[in-house]
Amino acid sequence: MGGLQKKKYESGSATNYISRNKARKKLCLSLADFRRLCILKGVYPHEPKHKKKVNKGSTAQRTFYLLKDIRFLLHEPIVGKFREYKIFVRKLRKAYGKAEWGGVERLRDNKPAYKLDHIVKERYPTFIDALRDVDDALSMCFLFSTFARTGKCHVQTIQLCRRLSVEWMNYIVTSRSLKKVFLSIKGIYYQAEVLGQTITWLVPYQFAHDHPTDVDYRVMATFTEFYTTLLGFVNFRLYQTLNLLYPPKLDVKGETELKAEFEEDYAMDSESYLEKLSALSASLARVVSSAEEEEAEMDYFPVEGEDMEKMEARVKAQHEQDKQKKLFEGLKFFLNREVPRESLAFILRCFGAQVSWDKSLCIGSTYDAEDETITHHIVDRPNMDKQYMNRYYIQPQWVFDSVNAKMLLPVEDYFLGVTLPPHLSPFVEEKEGDYVPPEKLKLLALQRGERPVEEDEEDDEEEEEEEDDDEEEEEDDDEEAEEEAKLKEMEEKKSQGKALPVKVTPGKVKSENRHRLEQEEKAEEKRLAIMMMKKRDKYLYDKIMFGKKRHVRETNKMVAKRKALDEASKADRKKKKQKKQ
Amino acid sequence: MSARGAAAERNSGMKKTTEKRKNREKEEQQQEEEELPMFDKNADKVGHLDDTDEEKEDLSDSEESVFSGLEDSGTDDDDDEEDDGDDDDDDDGDDASGEEEEEQDEENHNKVEKDPAAGETSLTPQTEDKPAKSRKLKKKKSVTSGGDEEEERGKSERDSGLKISSQVDEYEQDTSDEEDIRNTVGNIPMEWYKDFPHIGYDLDGKKIFKPIRSKDELDEFLEKMENPDYWRTVQDKMTGSDVRLSDEQVDLVHRLQHGKFGDINFNEYEPAIDFFSNEVMIHPVTNRPEDKRSFIPSLIEKEKVGKLVHAIKMGWIKPRRPKDSAPLYYDLWAKEDPNSILGRHKMHVPAPKIRLPGHEESYNPPPEYLLTEEERLTWEQQDPEERKLSLLPQKFPSLRAVPAFTRFIHERFERCLDLYLCPRQRKMRVNVNPEDLIPKLPKPKDLHPFPTTQSLVYRGHSSLVRSISVAPGGQWLVSGSDDGTVRFWEVATARCLKTVEVGGAVKSVAWSPNPAVCLVAISHGNTVVLMNPGLGDRLILSATDQLISSYEEPTEVKDQPVEWSLAEGTEHQQGQRLILTHPRAVKQVTWHGKGDYLACVMPDVSSNVQVVIHQVSKRRTQNPFRKNKGMVQCVSFHPIRPYFFVATQRHVRVYNLIKQELTKKLMTNCKWVSSMAIHPGGDNVICGSYDCRLAWFDLDLSTKPYKMLRHHKKALRGVAYHRQYPLFASGSDDGSVIVCHGMVYNDLLQNPLIVPVKVLKGHTITHDLGVLDVAFHPTQPWVFSSGADGTVRLFT
Repeated sequence: MGGLQKKKYESGSATNYISRNKARKKLCLSLADFRRLCILKGVYPHEPKHKKKVNKGSTAQRTFYLLKDIRFLLHEPIVGKFREYKIFVRKLRKAYGKAEWGGVERLRDNKPAYKLDHIVKERYPTFIDALRDVDDALSMCFLFSTFARTGKCHVQTIQLCRRLSVEWMNYIVTSRSLKKVFLSIKGIYYQAEVLGQTITWLVPYQFAHDHPTDVDYRVMATFTEFYTTLLGFVNFRLYQTLNLLYPPKLDVKGETELKAEFEEDYAMDSESYLEKLSALSASLARVVSSAEEEEAEMDYFPVEGEDMEKMEARVKAQHEQDKQKKLFEGLKFFLNREVPRESLAFILRCFGAQVSWDKSLCIGSTYDAEDETITHHIVDRPNMDKQYMNRYYIQPQWVFDSVNAKMLLPVEDYFLGVTLPPHLSPFVEEKEGDYVPPEKLKLLALQRGERPVEEDEEDDEEEEEEEDDDEEEEEDDDEEAEEEAKLKEMEEKKSQGKALPVKVTPGKVKSENRHRLEQEEKAEEKRLAIMMMKKRDKYLYDKIMFGKKRHVRETNKMVAKRKALDEASKADRKKKKQKKQ
Repeated sequence: MSARGAAAERNSGMKKTTEKRKNREKEEQQQEEEELPMFDKNADKVGHLDDTDEEKEDLSDSEESVFSGLEDSGTDDDDDEEDDGDDDDDDDGDDASGEEEEEQDEENHNKVEKDPAAGETSLTPQTEDKPAKSRKLKKKKSVTSGGDEEEERGKSERDSGLKISSQVDEYEQDTSDEEDIRNTVGNIPMEWYKDFPHIGYDLDGKKIFKPIRSKDELDEFLEKMENPDYWRTVQDKMTGSDVRLSDEQVDLVHRLQHGKFGDINFNEYEPAIDFFSNEVMIHPVTNRPEDKRSFIPSLIEKEKVGKLVHAIKMGWIKPRRPKDSAPLYYDLWAKEDPNSILGRHKMHVPAPKIRLPGHEESYNPPPEYLLTEEERLTWEQQDPEERKLSLLPQKFPSLRAVPAFTRFIHERFERCLDLYLCPRQRKMRVNVNPEDLIPKLPKPKDLHPFPTTQSLVYRGHSSLVRSISVAPGGQWLVSGSDDGTVRFWEVATARCLKTVEVGGAVKSVAWSPNPAVCLVAISHGNTVVLMNPGLGDRLILSATDQLISSYEEPTEVKDQPVEWSLAEGTEHQQGQRLILTHPRAVKQVTWHGKGDYLACVMPDVSSNVQVVIHQVSKRRTQNPFRKNKGMVQCVSFHPIRPYFFVATQRHVRVYNLIKQELTKKLMTNCKWVSSMAIHPGGDNVICGSYDCRLAWFDLDLSTKPYKMLRHHKKALRGVAYHRQYPLFASGSDDGSVIVCHGMVYNDLLQNPLIVPVKVLKGHTITHDLGVLDVAFHPTQPWVFSSGADGTVRLFT
């Protein structure tokens, strides 16, 4: 015995966490400033393991921060800047109130500004860390760059976002690291692999935004402030890795090409330059002006056994990647004016194609629609009046699907006026037991190099066969059911105690299905074992099994739905045929 | 003070008006007239009316005037400021000087006009306070001017005191321009002449007599009645004569009473004339030539400029650089050190990435991903949080038909909120293989023998079969049913050998375990019948009868709670031997292992005679418990030792019959115990309960259940142990009998092994009741079950 009595909540998890309000008071910040600081520093609430302990016995809802995080915020120089800014605002208001315009101007000039460089470095100690987290930054920048230059946020921010996103796109084009694209309802998803990191971002379709009222743009602006800083540094570093100049410059060839024609359309030189960059039609200038960089050949290490297999697999993967990078190489595309120019130009350029568009559409077009060497003309309208013989007129989905399939898909399905095949998400990787849409199966077959067969009739036959099978099974079931019914009848009669019409019939030889018996036995064993489970295990087991069953049910539902739809469409087709005949 | 303030105001107002000299006098007059009511107030404040002596009044007047003058003059600018406040006009230096000049002019004018007043002020200083005096000396001039003004006001005030009389005299009655001749005494309190018949003297030194006033009350009254002008007749104190007020005067009085201006023509809401407007007049306000200093460059400024020029020349002052708003980027990770990870990063939980879209989000998804009409309706009715899909899958024929996504900004914003507001927690996702959760048990195949199939059905009862019991030899089976019969069956053939009508629903049957006798205890209603069924070995049957008949009446007859009687007549022929009549309905009967003792349960909450133990050979009955410990559900004897198990609703009590004490109390953790069975070894007990559980107690281990088995879906009705094989069975309302392997080891360290081996189904559920009782064959691994469907079934 002896020793001091331990008090509650003076050690352990209760001291590791701090509630939001306390943290705010400790930092002497207003709630808005605290939130801004949290956003910039990447401090987020933690959910304690034992909430009641941390909450000192109370069950009230509170958000908790790690005390360490808050202590770490205490020494942040930006906090001082926040305070300075507060004072600045006060002074400015006063000057306005007194109508001291000179004072206002002076104050404006000395507006306290802060830099977020050190925070970026602190939050992402290594470059790879930063790359890993660049997803949200990209999505946000692409969104902000589409905002109108009025109202919701500063014009400088929008311009900066535009600049950064153009730089990013240029990098992706030059490094050819785009992997997947997806046209969703929300916008266009892009996935690229940069220095081994998979980066996905979402770009909205080019429309004016209907700004919602229940969104706090200040929060978004604060995020954007940090994201632009992060993205700028990331871009700089990425350009450096490719020996590109930063800020990006078009190479000499591109510059001379673009120079003469369009200069007079833009008032400011910088503006036109950004536009030229965003056109993505010319390549960028390098620090070391080397001709096309040689592809780094993979070194071959003599290894044995499993490593060998792995090595081979790696070599194969590398080979495939290279192939994908050069997917559109040698093709010449022309974009009609109704297709989304930027995204298509970006994707096509990423895979080595030459792209151009109508001169009046955008700066930076390199050849006209009349060019005889154009191989693909991307159109998104029912039909074209003037068509050239030696090129394919295809819908834009072909480009997206080809990129995802890592091969040039047959163009027949994508001609003008044709109902497009479904556009599948490249991000879905079906596991065993998941529902795989038949289109995906077809695609996989294509990738494996199997020729697509004219399936329609065969399908019919197969299905018919299947149906037959089903019927047979059903018959079997019926027989069994009948027997059971007979037995039941007999029993009932017995139970009624009536004298049975005793009759000896020759017994049938029941073929005992050994396999089935065994299975049944096993199933029963399992059932009995499940009965003996502990309560906790049983709960978990039931949950898992419920989930599995639901999954199977959903898959079955999808299959049934598809089947019904296919049948309906087939019936339609037949009807049409009959009508034609 | 307000009066003074008003005066000051007026002064300033006057200053302005000086420009228009023509109007000036007129206005002064007006002012005097205006002052009338105000002065009265002033007088009030001073504290005495005209009754007081003149000098005093003068004094007070002068005092006030001095102070006000001081303030007026000393704070000339203040006045101006007040003006500012009122008129929103700027006062420039020039303007002020001009005003001063004019003020002076005005002062002169005043002096000329009101010399006697000035004289009066010169007299006043004697009575003043010292500080006021000194201040006054300092600014004498201004004081005098202020004083003048005040005097002027004072004078007008005195005039007002006289006003009525003088006005009346002058314009009504006397047409001449002379002063009022009838008053020669001046402005003195008229009380002084109150007692005299005259007021003052005329030029010749003769008394001027007051008009004769010998009116008494009556005259007064008469006059009031007769004279129509009585109401407008006023006595003039100066002369003592009555004066009839003219219409104008009455009007004036009325107006003053209502707080209006005396002059009808005065318009108080005259449009304000802005003298100092933004319009540039052709004439300057003042004619003063500009100062010389306005032509000469300032030396101080020159010095300052010189300094700045020098500083610029020396490079001390640099022009302000235009701000560079574009951020500067550089290689931030040039010296990246992966080890410099801060301490807090250890606890860092990186934000989960946004979920990647599936096929259903495509603008042109496969048709099966589109929702059907029903699904869409349910989707719309669900809350946004509940929805499985966050958006409605849609199909567009071509890319150009795809509209903007309306919730784009929302979703981005929500992501932002998630990033900085959402609490994060590291959660371990255990990837459990569900197969691993299933306990590894010995295979039922290895635990043979146990009953596996239904082999015989014993039909005959027309109602539910409450209880069954197997003869110790295993050849016979007895069953008691609600249809009031007890049936004896041959086990091997399912033949009903004997049916005994007992006349009442049979609650319980029990075959005596003693193989040397053949006795069956049957309980129905209040009675328990001991029956010799007459089956099997005749020797044993006769031995049984002999045992019953060999009973000799004891010499001392004890008072017993149960009445023992011999069966006679038909009952005897049926096989009934002894009839025990109990005070209440008997629910259960059970034999001791030796077959001599018989325990009966009469559940009743309020009585302490719930359990009785009979000794058959001596026909003796005893009540083992003195106290009621709750409703007894069932009882059982220990197979070897003299213990007695009593199951109440939630506990099982174990009594030592020899020591007559409670040895153990088992907590069943059940809501309501229905049945109980004791392992033939005697150290293990199973309890079935109505809340679907079966509790296995190991008496050596603990008083809590060693295992709780929740195998049944519905209430358990019966449990039983096999006598030789390590088996036990439980029957339940769900119509199934579950047979479990329950191995009890001799080694005390090894816990019993319990493995369910078979679920036997056969009974049909009638009236929500399934299996009511289970019993094992004494030697074979067979189990009998009786059900609510009126059958007994044998599973082998």
